This record gives sequence, structure tokens and C-alpha cells, in this order.
Amino acid sequence: MASPSTDSIPRPARPPFWRNPAVRGVFYQLLFIAVVVAVGGFLVHNTLVNLGRQNIATGFGFLHREASFAIGESLIAYAPSDTYARAFLVGLINTLYVAVLGIVLATVLGTVIGIARLSRNWLVAKLTLVYVETFRNIPLALQLLFWWTFLREGAPSPRQAWRPLPGVFVSDRGLEFPLPQSNPAHLWIFLAFVVGLAGAVAVSGWARRRQMATGVQFPSGWVGLALIVGLPLLVFLTAGTPLAFDWPALKGFNFAGGGSVSPEFAALLFGLTIYTASFIAEIVRAGILSVSWGQSEAASALGLRPGLTMRLVVLPQALRVIIPPITSQYLNLTKNSSLAVIIGYPDLVSIANTTMNQTGQAVEGIALIMAVYLAISLTIALSMNLYNRAVALVER
Amino acid sequence: MRIKHWLVGMGAIAVMLGLAAAAEAGATFDKVKQAGQIVCGVNTGLAGFAMPDSQGHFAGLDVDICKALAAALFGDVSKVKYVPLTAQQRFTALQSGEVDVLSRNTTWTLQRDTDLGLNFTAVVYYDGQGFMVAKKLGVKSAKELNGATICVQPGTTTELNLADYFRANKLAFKPVVIEKLDEVESAFFSGRCDAYTTDRSGLAATRAARASNPDDYVILPEVISKEPLSPAVRQGDDQWNDLVRWVIFALFNAEEKGITSKNVDDMLKSDDPDIKRMLGVTPGAGKSLGVDDKWAYNEIKLVGNYGEIFERNVGESSPLKLARGLNNLWTKGGLIYGMPIR
Repeated sequence: MASPSTDSIPRPARPPFWRNPAVRGVFYQLLFIAVVVAVGGFLVHNTLVNLGRQNIATGFGFLHREASFAIGESLIAYAPSDTYARAFLVGLINTLYVAVLGIVLATVLGTVIGIARLSRNWLVAKLTLVYVETFRNIPLALQLLFWWTFLREGAPSPRQAWRPLPGVFVSDRGLEFPLPQSNPAHLWIFLAFVVGLAGAVAVSGWARRRQMATGVQFPSGWVGLALIVGLPLLVFLTAGTPLAFDWPALKGFNFAGGGSVSPEFAALLFGLTIYTASFIAEIVRAGILSVSWGQSEAASALGLRPGLTMRLVVLPQALRVIIPPITSQYLNLTKNSSLAVIIGYPDLVSIANTTMNQTGQAVEGIALIMAVYLAISLTIALSMNLYNRAVALVER
Repeated sequence: MRIKHWLVGMGAIAVMLGLAAAAEAGATFDKVKQAGQIVCGVNTGLAGFAMPDSQGHFAGLDVDICKALAAALFGDVSKVKYVPLTAQQRFTALQSGEVDVLSRNTTWTLQRDTDLGLNFTAVVYYDGQGFMVAKKLGVKSAKELNGATICVQPGTTTELNLADYFRANKLAFKPVVIEKLDEVESAFFSGRCDAYTTDRSGLAATRAARASNPDDYVILPEVISKEPLSPAVRQGDDQWNDLVRWVIFALFNAEEKGITSKNVDDMLKSDDPDIKRMLGVTPGAGKSLGVDDKWAYNEIKLVGNYGEIFERNVGESSPLKLARGLNNLWTKGGLIYGMPIR
């Protein structure tokens, strides 16, 4: 009695490999990549051929040539005899300078306005509503021109400059203020500050661990502040208060000495901060409203004071809602700083434009601008994503 | 979905092929003749050189060069489309074929002639860079501008000359660089800058057109650069280059021979062989250029000779009140010299 052989049951024929969904998937993806690469390659080739046909020089060699144009404001040493590469660097630093300051200021202002929007005080709530609706609905370029014209036309000439404080001058050339002259002791003061900061972090970590273990609180905030301010102050006093100021003074046409802020920079920083803050305010407001009222009530029932409720219960939950859209606002602010061109602040785009015009290397110049903005934006996005991960809901 | 990606890719390829084909069609001369109009890149608004009036019609010396071209090609000065360009846009506009000729107070330099792939045709205005300051500053010379804040347009030879001049004289300055001409001018007049620098013709134009009281501003005596302003065309566009160049030379020669828009009809009866050749009474010159033999006649009849163009737009009778100076005929001590038409 032979058992029925399993071989006798016909197995379905293996489908040909081109009907295998996995193989097809890979094939189409490869095809797609090939098309993208081909199109990209064609675009580059076509551009090069056409530039060659029009007898336009190509390549990045121009970066090593002498720029021979002057730049109005620079945080690093720059002279017309420096190279185009150096000029680009000046522009990049100027862009980063205004973007970083703008992001910090817009975050502070936006958070304050956003919380004020929720105030139970009618006047405060309505005033901030007017602020938000005004500034986020007027095109930024117009706002920049407005601030620039306002600062330029509103202020007197250098010879009639206002003096709100001794040594501080406001004129249509900008704001001039005294700067401390550098002194070897300043390095030690700075080191003391770093040590104080590290100490404050250590104390706060120790206090937290102790509170977790024993429940006993420690005023780590005050101690930290004392360390951060006190140590440098101590060094400053023991070094014999080495503080001499470099005072601005009217010399010829303009002020010499001290530090200064140009109307272009001020207008750009004002405009970017005020515009972006109006968006951030709405994001902060939405974030706070997204935390249900029951959370605050529960916190109160546990006996937490309103400040602690906000800091320990509401804000950590609101941050999860706030951070992703606020990242977009930071990116917007950075990219919007390129509007500096219209008011003559020498940012990256402004300097790249000049370079392109002096050298005719438009394609290379635009490529550089795009690469730099992409790099800046990706860096901001990366750090904000890391921060977002840190504050995100940890599921257990 | 994947089909869609593919279609997008193919579409992009098709578009780029189309662009490549467009770039291939190089000969501007044929293109212009076929289109029946010249696309002329001009300044966005510089009194005396290219400035739109209240009806939006452009007028000025640079504009008249475009009109002379249209008169020579089509016998009609209205066959021009004006494209206003900023200092930064101008070369890209010409390189990419957006305009056929760039007649926009542009300085002829080696680097532009070579690296930018341009050809300059003939100098229509010999200019030089200068400085303008408010009279109340009491500045008498550019050498006194140490430490001054100076308004300047970016992407110009002006910007480079400025840095060179201050470097050479070991003086310090602070540039305020703004692209739009009207913005840079208003920055200067509002007092943001101590001095404004550009070509001296441009300074005169700005002072005449923008200052609330032109007498409150002085143009300093120093001329810190050579600025030969010339219309430009794309390199490798020889027939078109020839036409633009000879249209300009004809304007010069007409002034030299005393042919004006008023007497050009009488001049047709002249016995001077030079005039006969120029006005097409003796045929040949037009044919060589590929245009009607009446080309120069039409130019002079419809636009006038160089002297008339100069007087009308920038000369003593215009608000700019510029003297002929270097821009007088070579026979009168200037540099304007038309090559012989024969």
C-alpha cells in the first residue's frame, strides 16, 4: 500500500523573476535613480556647454582672486586686497550673526507675546492680538524698508547726534557705544566665568539627584547664579578692576572708537525679530492651549504653585507641540535674512551678488549661496530635531 | 506613481533640450529682423540716459542709440522693446539672450569683454567717476573724504574704483552698498552717507532729478577713473556687432559732416562723396551691413546726429547741463571719432 506521494500534487509554477514584486520594486527604484542622475548630469553638461559656447569662464578659480571691493561692516578683518573667498566668509559671518541674534530675540519676544495673548487682562490680550495680526500680515520686505527709512530719516546727522547716555550716540550713521578696552586680565575673568558655569551645572545635577533620593530641596538656582556672577566678579576685583573704555568720538565725518551698530543691521534685526516673533507667539499660544486644563487642575490639586505648574507640568507638554513648527520659523528667519540685500546690509547674498557681477560667475555664485543656506538650514533642523527628541514623550 | 515620476523626468529632459535649442539659435541679426523689433536693455531710471516719462516712454542718450538702431534696421524708431535692468541684472540679461543689445551706461573693461562673453561696440559717452557731497559739509576735494561714509551701487566698476582710489591714497571709508538706484540716491539725500559716487554724468543726472535743491550739492573736481560707456552685444555675434557699431559711427560722422535731422533731406543733393555714400545716394554701404541703403538717412532723419542726441538729453539745454568736454568731436578737441564709411 503505497502512500500517495507528495510529489504527485502539482505545485504552482514559480513565477518568472520579473513578476516578483520585490524584484520589480528594486528595478523601478534603480530606474528612477538612473533617470534622476541622467537629468542632473544632463543639466550640468548642458549648462557647461552653453556657458562655453557663450565664451563665459567657469569654475571656482575666481575665489582666489583679489576681491577689490570694500564691505561696510565685518566681524573679521577684511580689506579690498583680500580674496573673494574671504569676502564670502565675511558675508557668511554677517548672515550667521544676524540670524543667531534674530533667533534668540524672536524666541524671547515671541514667547512673551504668546503667553500675553492668553492673559486674563483684556488690554494685554488685545494689544498682543493687534501686534500679532499687524506684523505677521505685512510683507517682511516692506517692514525692513520701513525700519530702515525710519532709522535713517528719524535720526539726526552725526554732528547733531543724540546722547541718551554719556558716551552713547544715536545718529543716522547708527548707534555708537563705548567698548571696554582689552586687558590681559579679561582672559582670567572669562575663565572664571567658565569655571562658575561648570560649577553651577554640577551643583544643579547634585541637587537634583539628592532631591530624587531624599526629597530634600536645595536652592541650586541661587547658588548657580552666585557662582556664575560671583567668581568673575571676584577675579575682576582682585585684579584691581582693570576696566578702561574705548569711547566713541566724532572725528571728521563719523564716529571713531567704541562699538557701533549700523542702521542697516539694526533695521534687519528689528524687522526679522518682530516679524518672526509674531509667528512664534501664535505657536507658543497654540502649544500652551494644547495642554488640557485638567493637567493644571491636577497639578494645583497636588499643591504645586502656578509657576511650578507652568514649569513642570504645562511647558514640558506644550514644548512637544511647539518645537516642530518653531524649527520652521528659525529656518524661515535665517532664509529671510537674505532680504538684507534691499537695505544694503552686507550679508552672504549681497556679497555673492556683488561677486557674481564683478566676475560674471553667476552659476558658481548661486551654487555657493544654495550650498551655504542648505548647510545652515540642515544644521538648525538637525539640532532642533535632537532637542525635540530630548523633550518628546518617552513611552515606557 | 512611478510612471508619474518617469513622466516628470522626461518632461524635464524635453524642457532642457528646448532650452539648448534656443541657445543654439545665436545669430541675433536674423532673430531681430525676423521678430521685427529690437529688445534693448536700458537703465531702470537715470535722467539723461534712460528714464521713463510720465507716459512710460523711455528717453535719453542710451535710449536714442536703440532708436537709431531701429531706424537703421526698420526705418521706424518705435520698433524697440525696452527692458529696464539694474546694474546686477544687465550682463546676465544680455548673456541669456533676454536682450539683443545692452545700451545701459556700461563701462568697457577687459574683464567684461573677455570673461563675461561680451563685445563692446563703440564708446557713446566718455565718462569718469566722481563724488558728490552736500555743500554744507564744506568739502573741496575727494582727498578730504577720509573716514567718510560713501553710498555706492554694487556690481559696478564704480564700487571697485572707489576701493582702489581710497587704497591708493591711504584713506579710510565706509561703503553703504544698495542695489536699487533710487534707494541708493535717497539714502544719500537723507544723509545716510557723506558722499555719493558714480560716473560724473550720473551724479549730474541724480542732482538734477532727485535733489530738492540742486544747488545744495557739489560734484568734487577729482575724476578718479576712466569710464568709456559703450553698448554691448554677445561675443561671437559678429554681424550684429558690426551693425550696432556702424550705426553709432554714422551718428558721429553725421555730426562731423554737419548733417542734422533738419537738413538731411537737403543733404541728399550734396556733392560730397562721403555724404553720398553715407546717405545711400551712392549705394553699397547698407548692403554690406545687411540693411537698407537708407539706414543712415533714417537714423539721422528720425533720431538726429550725435550732437543733437547729446544736446537733447544731457547737454547745456537739458536739466543735466553737461559740457561736451571729452565727448566733443575729435575736430573740436574731443574724443568722438567716427570711422570712415566707405
